[in-house]
Amino acid sequence: MAVKWTKKDLLGLEGLSADEIGLILETADSFKEISQRPIKKVPTLRGQTVVLFFFEPSTRTRTSFELAAKRMSADIVNIQTNASSLTKGETLKDTAKNIEAMKVNIIIMRHSASGAPQLLAESVSPSIINAGDGSHEHPTQGLLDMFTIKEHKKKIAGLNVSIIGDIAHSRVARSNIWGLTKLGAKVTVCGPATLMPPEIEKLGVKVTYDIKEAIEGADVINMLRIQLERQGQSLFPSIREYAMKFGLDAEKMKYAKKDVLIMHPGPINRGVEITPEVADGPYSVILEQVTNGIAVRMAVLYLVSGVKERIE
Amino acid sequence: MDIILKGGHVVDPASNLDSESDVLIKGDKIAQVGKNIKANGAKTIDCKGKLVFPGLIDMHVHLRQPGREDEETFVTGSRAALKGGFTSVLCMANTSPVIDNKGVVEYIYAEASKTGLINIYPAAAVTKGLEGKELTEIGQMAEAGAKALSDDGKPVMNAEILRRALEYAKMFGLPVISHCEDTNLSKNGAMNEGFISTKLGLKGIPRASEVVMVMRDIELAELTGAKLHIAHVSAKESVEAVREAKKRKIKVTCETCPHYFTLTEEAVFGFNTKAKVNPPLRSKEDLAAVKKGLSDGTIDAISTDHAPHSIEEKDVEFDFAANGMIGLEFALSLANTELVKDKVLDWSGLIKKISANPAGILDLKGKGSLAEGSDADVTVFDPAAEWVVDEKRIESKSKNTPLVGRKMGGTVLVTIVGGKIKYENGKFE
Ligand SMILES: [Zn+2]
Ligand SMILES: [Zn+2]
Repeated sequence: MAVKWTKKDLLGLEGLSADEIGLILETADSFKEISQRPIKKVPTLRGQTVVLFFFEPSTRTRTSFELAAKRMSADIVNIQTNASSLTKGETLKDTAKNIEAMKVNIIIMRHSASGAPQLLAESVSPSIINAGDGSHEHPTQGLLDMFTIKEHKKKIAGLNVSIIGDIAHSRVARSNIWGLTKLGAKVTVCGPATLMPPEIEKLGVKVTYDIKEAIEGADVINMLRIQLERQGQSLFPSIREYAMKFGLDAEKMKYAKKDVLIMHPGPINRGVEITPEVADGPYSVILEQVTNGIAVRMAVLYLVSGVKERIE
Repeated sequence: MDIILKGGHVVDPASNLDSESDVLIKGDKIAQVGKNIKANGAKTIDCKGKLVFPGLIDMHVHLRQPGREDEETFVTGSRAALKGGFTSVLCMANTSPVIDNKGVVEYIYAEASKTGLINIYPAAAVTKGLEGKELTEIGQMAEAGAKALSDDGKPVMNAEILRRALEYAKMFGLPVISHCEDTNLSKNGAMNEGFISTKLGLKGIPRASEVVMVMRDIELAELTGAKLHIAHVSAKESVEAVREAKKRKIKVTCETCPHYFTLTEEAVFGFNTKAKVNPPLRSKEDLAAVKKGLSDGTIDAISTDHAPHSIEEKDVEFDFAANGMIGLEFALSLANTELVKDKVLDWSGLIKKISANPAGILDLKGKGSLAEGSDADVTVFDPAAEWVVDEKRIESKSKNTPLVGRKMGGTVLVTIVGGKIKYENGKFE
């Protein structure tokens, strides 16, 4: 591929070109092969230090990044904290400067505030990889979703992809929208009006409140996790009503195409946004997403680390 | 020593003057305004080609004293004011302690006079501790010299309490300045609600959170017959509501701030916390409506809502950053480029909003005019001078402004307060 990777950081998919996204997906292909070897380790990041800087608990994303970095022989440091403890004195930048002083190479950051990774990228020299910031972006999730789609459908352009659930608070939705539309997919977003952010259609997506409309004709359905505490914020009346109106169950699957892919970024609220029979059913690629997450994250680590050696 | 300002273009809407004149100052009063005034022995300031205004009045500033002297003090805030051509300011009550009793009002006057640079008037809180629950001792604070009542920084969410405050304030002729924000609608919001908040994944603040309170407060003003002043109007529908209220002859005045006619929500791109302010920067449409409101007289005043914040409060995650920006040093230049050059207002119209009208709303006797016998507060402005906002040259103790690097049109040459030159050609007295 002609395009060269030039970016120090991966903050989101908004700032990437279609070619750059393509490069990550292609690179991930080679790394996926490594994950299938009996000895899953390459020396690509030997001698480099990767910090997992997590301000929000997240077992899945952290584990996936950690495995990705380990399989590339990086040294790994885990820092778990929460945003509120920081605001009492030391600022995010102070903490980041301290980490920088320890001469680390890559900081993988998860934070509850949108834009926090950008703040970090502007103030310290290590590469910053956004592992999810507020409701803003979760680029590696968007990438692994696209990688999974491409594996099955052999393409992204022209596909109908429906994203269903809490669009307003979802960084997964935003990264998917940016990435998929750049690669030429037709994206529909669906959810209750209270969880639909204003003017989202300006991102080039179709908006519907009718889940049947979102299911019909979709090549891919990506079900988002609903945060149960939103119920208390008058964003929907009850979990039961949410499940009835926006949950994906066998009944609603009747409207789906015969070769539809069902995705979910996890962790699943079984019986809320998706029933177990659909989540574990024949169309589901949810566990493949988890496997692919490691390959995609290895690819991102490889590219931002600027390592020039070829994969062995 | 007497001072004579020679040959400047004098703009004094309060006396319908908009022509080349001399201004003679004797002691702390304006002695004479006219052509070819002879003044032997007076210090002469050549104002040829320059504009001469009654000293500007900013009816909405946060000076952070007492409580946050690390962010601003009366001294640093006054220097910023002088550099911006302001000779009088109304400082808001959300200090620590809150200006919610006579003692703090007296403290403000005592400290202001010790500082001795500009006229600093206190606004007093509507409710004790700005908690929105119990009325302050309004009568005592009025006697001590409070010029307005405001819980600014917060709205009075309970309409019954605001109603009683308006009624009670009537006895003392004090305006109630309302920070219009329905805090249920704006809760956790970080910027204007719209496409950009959607893109950035930031919680939006809908215009309705301002507008519903503007409308509520207008009805309460009508109910009580009291003087209501709406602070920092930012939304199109708020301008429209005030316009309608004025048609209905309700006693309501309002202000906007330079950032609402200069910047839009696009300034937030890149999670720029310096552009985080409350109410938030709005859309292009709102900006146009604010300009229209200024030109048709719906908006009475331009104030800065000067809100200094320390680096620690701004250089953090956008959600956690404090709201507000400093404004005293930039207001007149921005008004020059965005309003006068853009033909939204002529000089006379602008000076009304940034001097004469605030004096009227706050009932500041002898201020806002260059008529003979007025207080000798004068600003001399060179509209043609150009400069670039440089963080190192900001007088305010805090540097939180999104304008750093911006080219500004027009600069203040001389600021005179009470007949004394306090600022001249970049130097303080
Ligand atoms: Zn306010
Ligand atoms: Zn204010």
